[in-house]
Amino acid sequence: MCQAACPIHVDARGIAREMAKGDSAAALALLRKTLPFPGIISRICDSPCQRACKRNEIGDTIAINALERACVNYGGEPTDKPRVLPKKSKRVAIVGGGISGLTVAYDLGRKGYGVVIFEASDKLGGNLWQISRDELPAEIIRADIANVTNLGVEVRYNSLVNRLGLNGSSPKLAALRNEFDAIYLAFGAHTDDSFEVERDANGKIKVDPVTFATSMDGVFAGGGVLWSVDLRSSIQSISEGRRAGISLDRYLQRVSLTASRVNEGAYTTRLFTNTQGIASSSMIEMDDPVDGYERDEAIAEAQRCIQCECMECVKDCEYLRAYERYPRKYIREIYNNLAIVKGTRYANQFINSCSLCGQCAAVCPEHLDMGEVNQNARREMVKQNRMPVSAHDFALRDMEFSNSDKFAIARHQPGTTTSEYIFFPGCQLAASSPANVERVYADLRARLNANVGLMLGCCGAPAEWAGRDDLFQASLAQWNEQHAALGKPKVVLACSSCYRTFKKYLPDVEIISLWNLFEAWQLPNVQPNARTIAIHDSCSTRHESQMQDSVRNIVNRLGYKIEELALSRDKTACCSYGGVMWLANRDLAEKVVQRRIAESEFAYVTYCAMCRDFFAARGKPTRHLLDLIYGDDNWTTQRGPDFSQRHENRARLKRKMLKEIWSEPLDDPAEYESIQLKISDAMRERLDHRLILVEDIQRVIAHAEKTGRKFLNRDTGHWLASLKPNAVTYWVEYSAQGEAFEIHNAYSHRMYVEEQPQ
Amino acid sequence: MSDEANWVAHPEWQCGKCNVALVVRQVNVEYLGNAFPANLLKCPQCGNVFIPEELALGKMVEVEKSLEDK
Ligand code: SF4
Ligand code: SF4
Ligand SMILES: [Zn+2]
Repeated sequence: MCQAACPIHVDARGIAREMAKGDSAAALALLRKTLPFPGIISRICDSPCQRACKRNEIGDTIAINALERACVNYGGEPTDKPRVLPKKSKRVAIVGGGISGLTVAYDLGRKGYGVVIFEASDKLGGNLWQISRDELPAEIIRADIANVTNLGVEVRYNSLVNRLGLNGSSPKLAALRNEFDAIYLAFGAHTDDSFEVERDANGKIKVDPVTFATSMDGVFAGGGVLWSVDLRSSIQSISEGRRAGISLDRYLQRVSLTASRVNEGAYTTRLFTNTQGIASSSMIEMDDPVDGYERDEAIAEAQRCIQCECMECVKDCEYLRAYERYPRKYIREIYNNLAIVKGTRYANQFINSCSLCGQCAAVCPEHLDMGEVNQNARREMVKQNRMPVSAHDFALRDMEFSNSDKFAIARHQPGTTTSEYIFFPGCQLAASSPANVERVYADLRARLNANVGLMLGCCGAPAEWAGRDDLFQASLAQWNEQHAALGKPKVVLACSSCYRTFKKYLPDVEIISLWNLFEAWQLPNVQPNARTIAIHDSCSTRHESQMQDSVRNIVNRLGYKIEELALSRDKTACCSYGGVMWLANRDLAEKVVQRRIAESEFAYVTYCAMCRDFFAARGKPTRHLLDLIYGDDNWTTQRGPDFSQRHENRARLKRKMLKEIWSEPLDDPAEYESIQLKISDAMRERLDHRLILVEDIQRVIAHAEKTGRKFLNRDTGHWLASLKPNAVTYWVEYSAQGEAFEIHNAYSHRMYVEEQPQ
Repeated sequence: MSDEANWVAHPEWQCGKCNVALVVRQVNVEYLGNAFPANLLKCPQCGNVFIPEELALGKMVEVEKSLEDK
């Protein structure tokens, strides 16, 4: 794009943006920011930027140089003077007052160095005076040169340093070196071999292409001295002066000349701007080519600029799209948000709404990963004690539940005392289809020909997503401890999020994806003429191409035809479960799911339980790969279990397996669990939406009935009671129906209401 | 939450324990270390504070959100 192709990176896009609004003063300010000689360059630049202008794919390029001239013509006088740093003691000699030398004088003068220009003639500007006065009037040259001399730069006219010599033959450069701390040679395209620096075969001074250092310490050279006459380009001279100026400054400060000097000068970007769908247009013609664009001509021309930005990630990621800004802006906002000490942090929800799925990095030509930025921002927010608690609380408590003795177990295969493998189905598969967990465990024991133990629990991913390193590490430690107690067997994983977590954080644990195993096994339920389906890859297995292959293999062998989604494999989109987005920004999460299920008319096959349940709940015919493997190809949409049932399913699975497989006695259920409830379907849906679990309700009622602390509605006879079992206070409106209680309403709040004394 | 009347009359509800009508009283509420008084309905005898649905899902959520982003 234009800015990269400009040897000094003038923000041509910004200029066009401001000019398009009619704000030529703002446009000129942008130009001045990088360019010390706007009057001159806006008339004579050979405009390499325009060759890189994306507009040329759809009509003419933008007349960038002409727009710059319009900035100068209509932008008015600058209101603020250039910032100049306090004077430094170091002095620099510049040999030659052409545009390259003037650039160095300008840049170093502003940095506070003492600058002396040795000019052979009686005026500054060098080759500029050879350009026709029509094209470049003298007053324009003088005005721009005044930008340099106004900085207090000393000029010694008629000082032909290179030819003069002190006694005819004395080493002139060395003499100058004695007087000055550093030297810049910019005397134009004369070949003069009287200087004692190395030259090439053509007599041109040899310089380092990045630093512009010559063979002599502290002496740099740039501009016309390096080229043949016919290659002359003012903007190139300025660029070399600028880069040499950076070297001179570093040299004088005694820091590395070479460290991190990438993309100085013109370069080509890998930025991708899709020009599809933009109408072609031609350059606006000038009514009077001598005077350049009229004001409204310039505005019209500027409006042709398509404001190139790489929007690949924004196109694919619903989250980035929802916030309607460019990735670089986002990152600035996140940074600002973290820096706020007092005041409202507007970016909190933005940071917490990302699914951390990594799609942006996969589609980004520069691999910019917003997910990583957001993940780090969350950790930082937690560290600063500024993370909104409500954003992740429910998911964290769900994880706590899974790692409590309500669900978590670790056992060797019954009748054995060692395990070669263990099966770790993860919390969501067990929540979503406990029967499949039982089937897989039975299959593993039958087919692996080895002792297969079982571990139930959660991998801790929600804590990682929430930036809660404390909880995450504790969860990993608990898992490690149980795993070690079983003798560190190989771990068979069925859940994509678990797989990612283990691979990333437990590199010493040997993990095997269930799909790898099934790929090699005979499949029990092959359908002869099964339908065509689309595979939704989980975002957490984005980079597991082998697993993606295994899944496709299995699906094919089961008899299904696969139609790939446009965004699949490493480009796949998150179902909205990732990063706890579904909880932190429920409206956006809804859009994310809806967009994903609309991507194909075909039914979806997932290999993550959460993806399946999110899709099925919105009416998308979706099956989990295990459903298909075990012959359940009922594609009529069945919504998955609600949040209460997810807890129940896990708790029940544990009790069932302990009883049936290990014949272990069960602990007594808690008192509140015996409370029987009548809940209509509509009420179930309300509870689910409000994130209120059946067990919360049971607790409230148990407590109210025991203490009598409740309110009575005189009209309906309903009771209303509350309890705060965790960070949340739950309110339940209910009535007794024989042994059971009918639920009429429930709601919650997080704010704490002080207990009132009697 | 502090200055306005945060309660809407709910004459249909009474304390189920003490069987008396509820009265408006100043009660302290707290979130993330920020405490402030609010006018709420409560039982004059046992002190049980009544939070109706519209308050829990309305003003309370609003205040919670703004305190979380501070
Ligand atoms: S200075 Fe020259 S190359 Fe740079 S943006 Fe302006 S016209 Fe293009
Ligand atoms: S990580 Fe995923 S959700 Fe987050 S910005 Fe990147 S693509 Fe979007
Ligand atoms: Zn009472």
